[in-house]
Amino acid sequence: MSVAMIIAVAGLAATGTFLVTSRSLSRIVLGFALLGHAAVLALLASGGRAGDPPIVDGAVRPDTANPLPQALSLTAIVISFGLTLYVLALARRQQILTGDDLVEDDVEDRRIAAYAELRAAASDETRAIEEQHEDGSGGDAGDDRNDRGHDPDPSPDGTLP
Amino acid sequence: MTVVVGLVVVLPLLAAAVVLGFRHRSAVRDVLTLSTMAATTGLAAALLVAVDRDGTVVLRVGGWAPELGIVLVADLFAALILLVAFATILVVELFAIGQRRTPAGADPAVVSPILLVLAGGVGLSILTGDLFTLFVAFELILVASYVLLTHQGREAQIRSGMTYVVINLFASTLFLFGVAIVYAATGTVNMALLAERIPELPAATQVGIGLWFLVVFGTKAAIFPLFSWLPDSYPTAPTTITAVFAGLLTKIGVYVLIRFFTLMELDQLGPLLLVIAGLTMVIGVAGALAQDDVKRILSFHVVSQIGYMIMGLGIFTVAGVAGAVLFLVHQIPVKTVMFLAGGLIEDDQGTSALNKVGGLATSRPVIAVLFALPALSLAGLPPFSGFVAKLALVDAGVAAGDYVIVVVSLVASILTLLSMTKIWVGAFWGEVTPAAVPASSRRSVGVMQTAAGIAVLGTIAVAVLAGVLWPMCEEIAADLLARTPYVTAVLG
Repeated sequence: MSVAMIIAVAGLAATGTFLVTSRSLSRIVLGFALLGHAAVLALLASGGRAGDPPIVDGAVRPDTANPLPQALSLTAIVISFGLTLYVLALARRQQILTGDDLVEDDVEDRRIAAYAELRAAASDETRAIEEQHEDGSGGDAGDDRNDRGHDPDPSPDGTLP
Repeated sequence: MTVVVGLVVVLPLLAAAVVLGFRHRSAVRDVLTLSTMAATTGLAAALLVAVDRDGTVVLRVGGWAPELGIVLVADLFAALILLVAFATILVVELFAIGQRRTPAGADPAVVSPILLVLAGGVGLSILTGDLFTLFVAFELILVASYVLLTHQGREAQIRSGMTYVVINLFASTLFLFGVAIVYAATGTVNMALLAERIPELPAATQVGIGLWFLVVFGTKAAIFPLFSWLPDSYPTAPTTITAVFAGLLTKIGVYVLIRFFTLMELDQLGPLLLVIAGLTMVIGVAGALAQDDVKRILSFHVVSQIGYMIMGLGIFTVAGVAGAVLFLVHQIPVKTVMFLAGGLIEDDQGTSALNKVGGLATSRPVIAVLFALPALSLAGLPPFSGFVAKLALVDAGVAAGDYVIVVVSLVASILTLLSMTKIWVGAFWGEVTPAAVPASSRRSVGVMQTAAGIAVLGTIAVAVLAGVLWPMCEEIAADLLARTPYVTAVLG
């Protein structure tokens, strides 16, 4: 495996992975294209050194390249071509539905985020109440607040500074 | 019999092409799809009988030597899982035909042919004796699943479909890299040859290859921590689709994991597998407890139950692997029928959210029965199949001295029962809620309930036939761990 091949595979894989982690589906498609190239190059490199064309007149030559990785690569290229088109269609559909092509958070993430906001709001409120209590002077205002403020989650960590 | 090995892959794919042509003529389409699936299931049954009697059947595609060409290998393990998988797809197809007239139902013009493509992919990935063909088979399954998941084009489906597609595409790319790594290290992609050559590699290379494929197959199987795509995407699809996904797709990942890890003698990764198994069980079931929608709860249980199979594999004894195989056979019909029951609730009430559904035990007793039996089986209560399978695993764990994982698995079992109780209390007890949607026609409900009923009978059959299945699973496990039966059958 030549050094140039290693650098090419590593560079393509790194750039591809970086792009795949982004939110926009069009960048993800580009990322998969690069990753696909990296995988195909890795497959080619796995066959050993380059040599003469493997399919010739039937005579066995000592210096032919290994044909199997090339066959595998061709299959992989066809599959990744089809899937790229599919993902592009998906991006188009998302654009029609929502106006952009961003990959959104999953339901669980959104629920956890909503819960965290609720907790944060609750802890802000209790902290405000405590501060007013500690002041001592503003007792009326504090009680007033306490009456109105329905603390949704009176857990101990809500009162931590 | 070698012809049958080819036919079970080719027949569904050919039928898919024909059905695609007749997709708008519903009678022809349904008859063709059902009869093809019935025929392939019959062939798979015949194959199982033949393999059980005469030993492994190997098809060399195109007559090439196994070192050069593609081989399809039907050993006892493959034949058994093949039969269960095809029978499941047959039942789901029947359910889909019942559901097509309902508003929530998937579009049969898309589902019928694509389900056949999926069946072809499932058959190929179970039978293939070649790592690269396995990649192609996975792609076949995945492309079919992408289409099934998103074909209605609803917003939630596209959103979760994107996550599903991106994660699975990434896993497929890793698979391709894995093939390159294996080929560079050994000079072959034939699994029987790999079984001879991988144990000769340096220990570090072996572990590296093992870990790489653990990530690749683990993403398909939804093990911890690679499962997050599953509970997000499965509930958004129509019932038929979710049922077939939950029953089959992750289980194919587990099947391949068992096949690969035993054949490549990667038992040094056993302890790691046990840790992953424990985390998968506990986190899956904890996720399920936090949910309030039947389909979402069940989706987390898919993850949780995967842990049990990985546990059996991680123990790496004959009893352990046999337990994993039996669990696989029990899980495929149970998971499918649970989602079908969830679909019946959704069809009846217009939703599967627990706070909007209630009193189904009095208003819809048939659905209650169809849900209760597999739910008890899932939790592992006697006398159902889940009990038999979990008993086998616990027994193997105790025999191997892996007490921690045994305790974890029992705790996860109790939590599973708790979560099933939550569905039961939420949806089947309490005030009877009026249906929010107009009732489906009696005929389509009848077909759907019949399909779910057949699947329930299948799950009970696993428990009844445990006396026959268990020796078969032990034989499978012994052959898998001995490795030579597979290798000599393929290389001749």
